[in-house]
Amino acid sequence: MSGFEFSPSSAYAAACVAAVATYFWRAFGVAIGARLDLKGRVFEWFASVAYAVLAALVVRLIVFPAGELAHMPLAARLGAAGIALGAYAVGRKSIFAGCFAGASTIAVAAIWLAQ
Amino acid sequence: MSVNGAATDDLPAQMGVHAAARAGARAASLAPSMVLGASYIGFGSYVGAHGLGLDYALFSTVTAWALPGQLAATELYLAGSGLLAVALAVALANMRLAPMTVVMMPVVHVPGRAAWRTYAAAFYVAVTCWAMTMMTAPRLARADRLAWFVGCSLMLWTASLVGTVIGFYAAEFLPKPLTLALVFLNPLYFMLLFLQDLRDRSRIYALVSGAALGIPFHLLTPDWGLLIAGLAGGTLAAILARRGPRSPG
Repeated sequence: MSGFEFSPSSAYAAACVAAVATYFWRAFGVAIGARLDLKGRVFEWFASVAYAVLAALVVRLIVFPAGELAHMPLAARLGAAGIALGAYAVGRKSIFAGCFAGASTIAVAAIWLAQ
Repeated sequence: MSVNGAATDDLPAQMGVHAAARAGARAASLAPSMVLGASYIGFGSYVGAHGLGLDYALFSTVTAWALPGQLAATELYLAGSGLLAVALAVALANMRLAPMTVVMMPVVHVPGRAAWRTYAAAFYVAVTCWAMTMMTAPRLARADRLAWFVGCSLMLWTASLVGTVIGFYAAEFLPKPLTLALVFLNPLYFMLLFLQDLRDRSRIYALVSGAALGIPFHLLTPDWGLLIAGLAGGTLAAILARRGPRSPG
C-alpha cells in the first residue's frame, strides 16, 4: 500500500483533465436548461434521453460490469437483481430491503463459487 | 413529459434555504450515503491496490465527483495513456450529466437568483442526488429547491470522501464477497430508485427503451453504446409519448 506517499504530478494532470471534462457537461446542462421551455418538445426530449441513458447505465452495470464483478457469472448478477426486485416488491417498496437482499445474494454466490 | 410541480408554485410554505439544505442533507444521510459510500470504497481500494496515493483518490473525488469518469481517468492514467485520451474517455463516460442537468434546471431554478449560484450547484449533479431531487423538489417551495439539492449532495459528497478513505485503507482486509456486494449495491440502488419514481408514461417508455437498447448497443460498440442507447431510446420514448393520449398531471 502506498500510504502517505504522494502521487506523481502526472496523476494530478490526469485528474485535472478529468475534472474539466466532467464539469463541462454540467455547465453545458445549465446553459441549455435555463433556456428551455418546460412544456416544450426539446425539454421532453432531453428528459427522455436522460432517463434512457440512466436505464442503459443500470443495465450495463449489471450485465457488463467492470472489475471484479465481471468474474461473477451473469446468472448470479441477474439472479441478485431479480431477488432485489422481489424483496423491493414484497417489502412494500423498501429500497433498503431490495438493496440488502440483492447485495447479500451476490455475497452468498461469491462464497459458494469460491468453494 | 410533465416534470411535476415545476409549472405551479402554489405548493408548500417556504422553509428558508438553511432549513431546506438541512432537510436535503437529512434525506441523504442514511441509505443513500451508505450506498454511495460503499461504491466509493470500491474506488478507494482500486486506487490503493494500484499504487497511487490516497491524495490522488481524494483529489479525484473532490474535483470530478462522478464515479464512472473517475474510474476511466484512473484506469487510463495507470495504462500510460495521454491526457487527450483521458479527456475524451472521461467526457464520454460522463456525458449523461448534460441531459440530467438540463432536466433538473427548470425544476430547481429560482427566478432572479444569480446565475453563478446555479453554475456552482451544478458541480454536484450526480445520479443519486439528481434522482432524489427530481422526486422531492416538486413537493418543496420553489425558493427552497436548489438549497435542498445542495444539502443532499454535500451529504453524499462527504459520504463519498469517507468511502474513498475507507476503501483505500481497508482494501486488503475486506473479504472479497463483501467487496463484491458493496460494489453491486450501486446498480441495485439506481434501479430501485428509478422504479420508485415512475410517475408518467413517457418516463416509463424512456427507462424501458434505454434498458432494452443498452445491451445490443453495448455489444456493438462498448465505448459509445451507452450514449447511442440513450439518444435512440430517449428519442423513441419521446415520440411514443407524443403519439398516445397525454398522461395526466
